[in-house]
Amino acid sequence: MVGIIACGAYVPLHRLGRQAMGQAWGIPAVPGERSVANADEDSLTMAVTASQECLVGQDPANIDAVYFATTTSPYTEKQCASIIAAALDLRKDVFTADFTDSLRSGTAAMRAARDAIESGSARSVLVVAADCRPAEPETMWEQLLGDGAGALLLSKDGGATIRAAKSVTSEMLGQWRRSGDRYVRAFEPKLETEYAYVRGVAQAGKAALQEAGVEPKDLAKAVISAGDPRSHQTAARALGVEMTQLQDTLFLMLGGLGTAQVPIMLTAVLEAAKEGDKILVVNHGDGADALVLEVAQPLTPPAGKRTAQQYMMTKRALPSYDAYVGFRQLMDRERFAPKTSPVTYWRDAKLELALYGGRCRKCGIVQYPPPRVCGECRAKDDMESVKLGRKGNVFTFTLDHLVGGSYLNVPVPRLVIDLEGGGRIFLEMTDGDPKDVQIGMPVELTFRCLHEGTAFHNYYWKCQPVRVAA
Amino acid sequence: MPGIKDRVAVVGVGCTKFGELWEKDQEDLLVESVYEALDDAGLTPQDIDAGWVGLMYNFTGFSGATMTEPLKLFGKPVTRVENFCASGMDAFRNACFAVAAGVYDVVVACGVEKLLDQGGGGIPIEPIHPVLGHASAPAMFALAASRAFHEWGWTKEDLANVAVKNHKNGAAHPKAHFRRPITVADAVNAPMISWPLGRFDCCAVSDGSAAIVITRPEIAKDTKHKDDYVVVKDNALAIESLMPMYKVSYNWLGFPATRDAARVAYAEAGITDPLKEISFAEVHDCFTSTELFNIGDLGFVADGKDAPAFVRDGHADVEGEVPINPSGGLKCFGHPIGATGCRMIYEVTKQLQGRADGMQVKDPKLGMAHNLGGPGSVCSVTILGRHD
Repeated sequence: MVGIIACGAYVPLHRLGRQAMGQAWGIPAVPGERSVANADEDSLTMAVTASQECLVGQDPANIDAVYFATTTSPYTEKQCASIIAAALDLRKDVFTADFTDSLRSGTAAMRAARDAIESGSARSVLVVAADCRPAEPETMWEQLLGDGAGALLLSKDGGATIRAAKSVTSEMLGQWRRSGDRYVRAFEPKLETEYAYVRGVAQAGKAALQEAGVEPKDLAKAVISAGDPRSHQTAARALGVEMTQLQDTLFLMLGGLGTAQVPIMLTAVLEAAKEGDKILVVNHGDGADALVLEVAQPLTPPAGKRTAQQYMMTKRALPSYDAYVGFRQLMDRERFAPKTSPVTYWRDAKLELALYGGRCRKCGIVQYPPPRVCGECRAKDDMESVKLGRKGNVFTFTLDHLVGGSYLNVPVPRLVIDLEGGGRIFLEMTDGDPKDVQIGMPVELTFRCLHEGTAFHNYYWKCQPVRVAA
Repeated sequence: MPGIKDRVAVVGVGCTKFGELWEKDQEDLLVESVYEALDDAGLTPQDIDAGWVGLMYNFTGFSGATMTEPLKLFGKPVTRVENFCASGMDAFRNACFAVAAGVYDVVVACGVEKLLDQGGGGIPIEPIHPVLGHASAPAMFALAASRAFHEWGWTKEDLANVAVKNHKNGAAHPKAHFRRPITVADAVNAPMISWPLGRFDCCAVSDGSAAIVITRPEIAKDTKHKDDYVVVKDNALAIESLMPMYKVSYNWLGFPATRDAARVAYAEAGITDPLKEISFAEVHDCFTSTELFNIGDLGFVADGKDAPAFVRDGHADVEGEVPINPSGGLKCFGHPIGATGCRMIYEVTKQLQGRADGMQVKDPKLGMAHNLGGPGSVCSVTILGRHD
């Protein structure tokens, strides 16, 4: 039976207290914080990190498809799943597809993955969902939404098996954006909550439970998506699920995470679930998807993997609302777009996205970027392609205030890093205080958007202070 | 190797004022510097057999035509040379080969740059690669300074002493861009540009041009400077990694290209003890920290770590053992990139002839000019001396 054999989450480091947002506008604030993606992050970069966590200890060679789910694709026309597959260094004959536009795109992708595996057209499918939903300033939306990503690896057998999957569709307007709309819209929440959300969740959820032959009281956990705490409880009651069975929506700590909400909630559940646990998953948005899972083999986090819990608990408070505006680039300013060659970017994709260097077969020194002639022993065309390590230590650094001809008050830390396993790389640092940079400090690599040269997203790697200590 | 020692004579030098010359263009600057050099030699444009022009940026000019057009050298061979900050000295180097080989009699090597045409906010860096090696010019050199702070205990005060010395010298030079003395506190407290380099640790953007007229010593005897023309003792060029930030075995304490070029230069010029034999040096102080590294890499101190003490104890002052940058250096004189190498030759020549425009080194015998360009990748060293 098809099951989820691995999972992973990513939550951006920075949080903004809702009080700060209320104060900025002179409007009421609800309790808690929301997660804020950095200016160099988007749904695609977050998806890569969540996928990396999901794939710790897994063999990527078995992955036959990648489905990327989001309502905030960095591209309106251009597939993102293919870029994610390249960054994860998956096979070239992998089937890539984006599932977009609906808040339940993540579970739609899960259903499609399950069907693909069951039909025999795939052995394993990586489903990753991420969102950075744009909130209209001076409204409660800014407080209610949050940024994050969750990834699930589905496979032929084992893990949390999918006992049943049922869906309902709904044409009702809930939350939406037309092409060209800048911010998320909603009409009357009460209408959607009663007639679409609660009814849809109940209908799909009950149908799935019935197909699986499982009663609500048998459930260890119910992962139910929600836009706010009160309607969450209404939906639970409609399903016959107790409050104690409900998995935290993370609304208080992170905000409404869009398509990533259910995958991150589910990751948190699966990382702690025991053998035999039955889990109901219901996701809403233009209808509802419901799945019933039963844990055949627990998904104990392997060594080296950072859990959803660890990402939630490692955080840095943004000092003010203004910092949030800067991070999410709410003021219309030109982004750094140096004149560089898209041809070069394509030609060097392997060393840029999958971070391949070369190890000289003669002298054994790992070098990046990989040269034709070894820089140490001058051997020609005798390089072995090697993936660079993703952790290292700072050999030297500077804090550069000059970017693209402009003077920045907050400098960009530029670090020369000696990588684990060999090779030296020169990277920008992100998600860290420039004042904390020191020679010798450990850093880890993170996938980000570097700039907008030639009007496309130039993705590459940066480094950051170690997020979660080993 | 035959080399060019004593086979090339500098018979005329010219240099414009360096600075923010908004109203002057390449034509103005080349006409001024080249005609000044020709007048100095007692020659005319008709005497020029060939030209070499150092230009870094395409917005300053393409092709040798950039020199041909203003001077109307139509029909003559003129070559553009680009080798980062060593462009001007490399233009001079190639001109020297032509003269030493006897292919041309009178050759003009010059350099020009119109940096201010791209604005005053730091030298424009267009990244070559979409993602690799992105950094400002100060950042690239700050990586070395940062390592020296860590390994060698260098401090902001050590850097400031270099800036103070060069400002003191530049204040005396009528053609320098900046002519105001500063204090150590000014330098230490200046806004950060790229840690640990602040505003007074970085040379600013300048426009300017310089030109050198060279010929064989036999012909020099018929020019204005027949008694005091200066000869080239050597010119060396060495290039190390274009992307030192990725070089696994690099320790960042000094610049290998300078050590390579100095070794060749000293061997050709017959110098075994630079501290005693080099009377003064114009070195590439794009950044104060780089001047300190240069002092070590050029062998003026036995251990590069001790360069700050060399400056602090006054050995690099005009009255010191080896005056470093008596003109004020790049820091004060300015650094229109293509022009700088030639500007250094101008200064070294006039110092040796006892007619320096600003601070005069006492009774110099051998003068050195040193350029270091790119991310410390390209080094050119020229040593000049009196012909007697």
